[in-house]
Amino acid sequence: MKKKKRLKKVFLSYVVIAIIGIVLLYPIIWMFFASFKTNDEIFGSTRLLADSYSLDSFIQGWRGSGNITYKSYFLNTFKLVLPVTGFTLLSSILVAYGFARFEFRGKKVLFAVLIATLMLPNSVIIVPRYAMFAKLGWVDTYLPFFVPALLACYPFFIYMLIQFLRGIPRELDESAYMDGCGTFQTLIKILLPLMKPALFSAALFQFMWTYNDYFNQLVFINSGKKFTISLALRLSLDAESVVNWGKIMAISFIAVAPLVVLFFAAQKYFVEGIATSGLKG
Amino acid sequence: MKKTVHSGVAACKKYSRRDNQAYIYLLPWLAGFLFLQLYPFCSSLYYSFADYQITAKPVWCGFNNYRNLFTKDTEFWNSLWVTIKFTLYTVPGKLALALGIAVFLNRDLKGINLIRTLYYIPSLFGGSVAVAILWKLLFMDRGVVNAFLNTIHIGPIQFWGDPGYALKTICALEIWQFGSSMVMLLAALKNVPRDLYEAAEIDGAGRIRKFVNITFPQITPIIFFNLIMQTIQAMQNFTSAFVITNGGPMKSTYVLGMKLYKEGFTYFRMGSASAISWVIFTIIIVFTLTLFKSSSAWVFYGDED
Repeated sequence: MKKKKRLKKVFLSYVVIAIIGIVLLYPIIWMFFASFKTNDEIFGSTRLLADSYSLDSFIQGWRGSGNITYKSYFLNTFKLVLPVTGFTLLSSILVAYGFARFEFRGKKVLFAVLIATLMLPNSVIIVPRYAMFAKLGWVDTYLPFFVPALLACYPFFIYMLIQFLRGIPRELDESAYMDGCGTFQTLIKILLPLMKPALFSAALFQFMWTYNDYFNQLVFINSGKKFTISLALRLSLDAESVVNWGKIMAISFIAVAPLVVLFFAAQKYFVEGIATSGLKG
Repeated sequence: MKKTVHSGVAACKKYSRRDNQAYIYLLPWLAGFLFLQLYPFCSSLYYSFADYQITAKPVWCGFNNYRNLFTKDTEFWNSLWVTIKFTLYTVPGKLALALGIAVFLNRDLKGINLIRTLYYIPSLFGGSVAVAILWKLLFMDRGVVNAFLNTIHIGPIQFWGDPGYALKTICALEIWQFGSSMVMLLAALKNVPRDLYEAAEIDGAGRIRKFVNITFPQITPIIFFNLIMQTIQAMQNFTSAFVITNGGPMKSTYVLGMKLYKEGFTYFRMGSASAISWVIFTIIIVFTLTLFKSSSAWVFYGDED
C-alpha cells in the first residue's frame, strides 16, 4: 500500500518535470521547425511541424544579403571569440597563480581591488574605453576585445581559478621546489594539469558570453566585412521590407546550434563550473 | 593545524625572493586594471561633468549633464523607471523560479542530471540576438503564443504593441533563463547537512517549517550572491530591448542601457552618456551596500572561518 503510494508520487513528479521541460524547451524546438515554414505557416497557427521540409531557407539565409555570406560572419565570430577565450585563460591563469600561491606585500589590498572589480559594470567604462580605443585607431578591429582579455580584465575567471587553486594542496608546489623547479615550471608542470576542469569551465563560459555578446560588438565594430553573427542577425531584420521569417529562424538556429552542441559535449564542465564557483546569470 | 604551520613559515621568511615573483604573474592584471578599468572609471566620472563630443576635447561644465538629465531630458525619468521595473521583475522573478524548481528537483529521482541539463538550455543563449529575434516572433500579434491563446479564447494580446505588455514580455525572456541560478541553488540544497533535517523531524517539524528554518538559511549565501550579480546585469540590460522593440512602444521598454547607447554612440554626446552610466552605477552601489549591510541579519555563513 505504502509502496504503491510512493510509486504514484514518483510518477506525478515526472509528469510535472516533463510539463515544465516542454514549456521551457518548446521555443527552441519551435524555432527549429519554423526554419522550414513559410510566413503563412508561421503566423496564426499553433502547428509545430512544417508542411514540407527543404533546406531552401537555410541555403538562402546562409547567402545573407548583399555580397557577404554567413560563412564570413561565422568565421569573423570565431576569429573574435576564440582568441578572446584563449587570451582570457592565459592571463587569468597567471594572475590567479600569483594571488593563490604567493605571499607578497600589498596582497590583501590588491585582492580586495580584484573583488571590487567583479562588480564594476561594463556600462561605466565603455565610454572612456571607446574614446581611448578610437584614439589608438582600434575601433572597427578586434583589438578592443583581445587586449582586455590579454590584460586579465575578466576578474570573474581569475576569482574562479583562485578558488580552484586553493583546493590544490600546497605541498605539491613545495615538493616541486625541492626538485629544483622554478615557480613558472611548477605552474606549468604541476598545477596546470590539475587545473584542467576549472580551465575547461572558464573557457566554456568565456566562449559562451563572448559569442552571445552584442553590446560591445555593436559599439566597436562597424564595417560589414568584420560583422559577427550577432550583428549580422540584427541587421537581417531590417534588410528586406517583408521579412522572410523562415529564413531568419534558420539562421538564428544555426547561430545557437554551436552553443547547444558544445553544451552537450561538455555539460559536466558547465554544471560543475556554475555549481562550484557561483556564476552570474 | 595546517594553517598555523603555513603562517609560521611565512612569518619567519616573510616575503621571500620567491614570493616577490608574484608581481610578475600579476603584471597583466595590474596593467589591465590601471589602463582598462581604473583609468576609464575615473575618466567616465570626469566626462560626466564635462561637455564632451568625441571629436573635441572634454570641457568641464559642472553639473550640466546631470541637470539636463534630471530636469530637461524628457526621456530620462521614464528610462530610469523602466530600468528599475525591469530589475524588480526579472531579478526576484528569476530567483523565485530557480528556487522553486531547484527545491522541486531536489529529491531522489532517476535521470536528475539529464533534467537539470535540459532545464539549463535556455540559459545558454544569454542575451544573444538570435533568441531575442525568436522571442519577437513568438509574441507577435499573429505569432504562435497568440495562436495558442486563441484556442482557449483569450486575446489576441498585443505583446509588442501594448506598452502595458511589452516590458513584461521582455522580462519573461530574461526569467526563462533561470538555469544558472537553478544549478547553483541545487548544488547548495544538496550540501545542506542531512542530520539537520533528521533533528528537525524528531522535533516534529513539518515540510514548510523545515524549509523556512533549515533549508532557506543554509542557501542564503547563494541567494545573496545571485541578487547582487543579477541586479548589476539587469540594470545594464540592453540587447533584448534594442533588438525586439527598439525601446518602444511609447518608450515603455526604453531602458537606461539603450538611452546610454543612443546618447553615447548614436549622438556621440559622451558627457551625457557618462552621466547616465554614473546614475546606473550609483543605483548599483547603493543597492549592493544596502544588501551587504543587511546581510548580517539574514545571510548565514556557517561556523567555519
